[in-house]
Amino acid sequence: MGIGTSINRVDAYEKVTGSARYTDDLRPKNCLVAKVVRSTIANGLVKSFDLSQALQVPGVVKIVTCFDVPDIQFPTPGHPWSVEEAHQDVADRKLLNRRVRIYGDDIAAVVAEDEVAAARAARLIQVEYEEYPAITTVEQAMAPGATPIHAEKPDNVLAHTSFRQGALPFDQAAAQPGLKLVEGVYQTQTVQHCHIEAPVSWAYQEKGRIVVVTSTQIPHIVRRVVGQALGIPWGRVRVIKPYIGGGFGNKQEVLYEPLNAFLTLQVGGRPVKLELTREETFTCTRVRHAIRFALRTAVTPEGELVARKCVAHSNQGGYASHGHSIVANAVNGYRHLYRERDALELDAYTVYTNLSSGGAMRGYGIPQIDFAMEAHMDDIAQALGLDPVELRLKNCMRLGYVDPGTGITCHSTGLEACIRQGQQAIGWEEKRRAYAHQTGPVRRGVGMAIFSYKTGVYPISLETASARLVLNQDGSCQLQLGATEIGQGADTVFTQMAAQTIGVPEELVQIVSFQDTDTAPFDTGAYASRQTYVSGMAVKKTAEVFRSRLLEYAAWLLRRPQAELDIQKGQVTDLEGVPLLPLEELAMNAFYSLERSVHITAEETYHCKQNTFAFGACFAEVEVDIPVGKVQVLNILNVHDSGVLINPKLAEAQVHGGMSMGLGYALSEQLLFDQNARPLNGNFLDYKLPTALDTPELQAQFVQTWDPTGPYGNKALGEPPAIPPAPAIRNAVLHATGVAVNSLPLNPQKLVEQFMAAGLISEGGTEHV
Amino acid sequence: MLEIIRMQVNGKPVELAVDPRESLLDTLRDRLGLTSVKRGCEVGECGACTVLVDGHAVDSCIYLTLWADGRRVLTTEGLLGPNGELSPIQQAFIEEAAVQCGFCTPGLIMTAVELVGTGRRYTRQELRKLISGHLCRCTGYQNILNAMERIVEEAYQAAQRGEPWGPL
Repeated sequence: MGIGTSINRVDAYEKVTGSARYTDDLRPKNCLVAKVVRSTIANGLVKSFDLSQALQVPGVVKIVTCFDVPDIQFPTPGHPWSVEEAHQDVADRKLLNRRVRIYGDDIAAVVAEDEVAAARAARLIQVEYEEYPAITTVEQAMAPGATPIHAEKPDNVLAHTSFRQGALPFDQAAAQPGLKLVEGVYQTQTVQHCHIEAPVSWAYQEKGRIVVVTSTQIPHIVRRVVGQALGIPWGRVRVIKPYIGGGFGNKQEVLYEPLNAFLTLQVGGRPVKLELTREETFTCTRVRHAIRFALRTAVTPEGELVARKCVAHSNQGGYASHGHSIVANAVNGYRHLYRERDALELDAYTVYTNLSSGGAMRGYGIPQIDFAMEAHMDDIAQALGLDPVELRLKNCMRLGYVDPGTGITCHSTGLEACIRQGQQAIGWEEKRRAYAHQTGPVRRGVGMAIFSYKTGVYPISLETASARLVLNQDGSCQLQLGATEIGQGADTVFTQMAAQTIGVPEELVQIVSFQDTDTAPFDTGAYASRQTYVSGMAVKKTAEVFRSRLLEYAAWLLRRPQAELDIQKGQVTDLEGVPLLPLEELAMNAFYSLERSVHITAEETYHCKQNTFAFGACFAEVEVDIPVGKVQVLNILNVHDSGVLINPKLAEAQVHGGMSMGLGYALSEQLLFDQNARPLNGNFLDYKLPTALDTPELQAQFVQTWDPTGPYGNKALGEPPAIPPAPAIRNAVLHATGVAVNSLPLNPQKLVEQFMAAGLISEGGTEHV
Repeated sequence: MLEIIRMQVNGKPVELAVDPRESLLDTLRDRLGLTSVKRGCEVGECGACTVLVDGHAVDSCIYLTLWADGRRVLTTEGLLGPNGELSPIQQAFIEEAAVQCGFCTPGLIMTAVELVGTGRRYTRQELRKLISGHLCRCTGYQNILNAMERIVEEAYQAAQRGEPWGPL
């Protein structure tokens, strides 16, 4: 029991029996159905609607358009609110938008008795537009004379930030004699989260308040944004979060809950459901930003990094969502992982276009920068004739590093140990040698990549979390948090933490899996790999108080000093562990004693003012079939330092899922758009999400450090596994073929083109060199 | 408008009036309250809505309820023993940590029921192919395959010994 044991998930029984209730499973029978009417252009203005045919569809209850909604612009990202205006999120959309900024923008909504009527009416609505040319690329958006997508940003640049450090400017540092300059431009693609449960909510009114039941990672933030969007006091909104079918950052955004809340008000508070289709999910929710990185590095012949420069352009799409914070996080990640002797220059731009809006997705900009940075490190190693592993070890972050931008400190590191462990497991040296000089159409290679990842959002944003423990008559207790279970196993590890600190077996801790903002303690939710670290601290603090209250009561009951008592395995004991009083007996007295009745509970807030880095490495061995451009991953291994593992088996499972997401990023996934910014493959047939058949055996290993700032020595694990596979695979393809592929994904079409350009496939396509 | 059909759902006879355009997914969820059957894509791409019809796994989102007239339908709710006991398949999913968000889980479990029902032995590679109609974003399929491998082997061994095994 307790920390470090692989107990089964606390929600596993419900999930394997199908009795776990997700949002739509709780929908009442009399629920109306809403359908969003979507623009059929990507850039323009709605001039008018003709609703006459739509209103005649039997079953239609109400149609509202962008001319009917409150004139309030609101922010959507799941960030903690900032009370300082300068740090508040960009408020750039309304409930329904007259100014159309993406293909499929929300311009009207139909509420009907059933799905068929709603969909039929939505199709019959006639819209007259003023249309502008669609902007799909950063270059188009920044070109002089480009149509401003948002009036507030006439040049379409949402934000530009710069960072400089070091003794010299980059150009001067790089011009010093004896240095080699390596340059590369690296481009990542647009991908989508692909949680299997689409975004879904239903809302109704009760006692003059709005209740929204929704599939979200961030119930307390949903409450705030619904209040802001509708211009009503936040306390008039109640949000309930049931089980959720995956989120990966897309549900760290307040997507359709405000519109859903508005729609129930339009039909007298009757329940209204709003569920997106898979196509809408791809196009009209959020995606991972495509980012272009131009990297330049001056390096000594021995491999010491002297000067580094990174210029990043992020394609934001039509709405700000998390805004500049994602590419800013990316370039911060570039600053963190390696050190340089003389100069570092970072520039990051976030640029509006008419593509689907970029938002939070597992890794928050770090998968993008890690592809660029780690591909670049291999390019440097190749240019200098150095071993990629040794180049990284020479320059990577060390214990005690303090980030000059944020003050985030490296309190523990197993990075070097992760690298060494992975190197040995994959057979690095033999394979690097064996695959060095291959010929023929099928060639093998090994590659690797490393990463660092901070834990939570401090000091960029607030980190706060609360927990509550309530004693039952039988000595068991309820654990309640505002932190959310979204599939990652949070409820299980919180249960283990509370059990460990109180001194009881896990069976005596019953976690409340649903969050209801009326009763759940405040927490900002599941994102930034923060919950085991930040919310975990709230669990620990609350459990310590709860335990001391149990002991205080036990001391009174036993007439012994509290300092001589302990709780072990669900019993009050003396300090040697000799049982003195079962918790059940303590609890029955606490409830029903005629002399001293106390209902024992604890509730504490932890305001976290710490952060720390998690680390890891991925090693991949591939076989490349050059004439057909096919990469087969023969062997892939992630080694992680996430501090102490609370539940090793669940930690492993978390790594598997991240690796799979990284493999899709590397090899197959890409959301494509035509020149009119219309998505081409927003469905599971044409968007190539990895299936079981596409996925190799996934090996997860750990180096367990103990982090002094984590509640139980633990640090981030949720997002990191998705970060390093793509660059590791790219570098393995480089090793196999000598071809440096600088954009994702490495799919057959692209590889064949690049192999042809490199002369590995002749023009006829059948011969090889 | 509505048509009357009869089918057996999780071992019980059911008579229902359904819209001829209605999918089995909607009938099971909305008329019969069998919410283990999940809606993931509604076009037969993700496998979250998988149920067994006469022992064969189908995507219930693209299977008209009318087609189930006179047939046996099994959902995850039908796997529990009379006293709520888990089937060995469900137990294996728990113990192998094959469950994360849980949304694809009931569908995969139904495909597992179909596979163990054949009494055949499958290699890991065959299992990869046989579950490739199910999309999962959480697990990378690794622990799902571990659970699948374990139960098809257990079922095969039991069949060799002539012992009863499994949920049905």
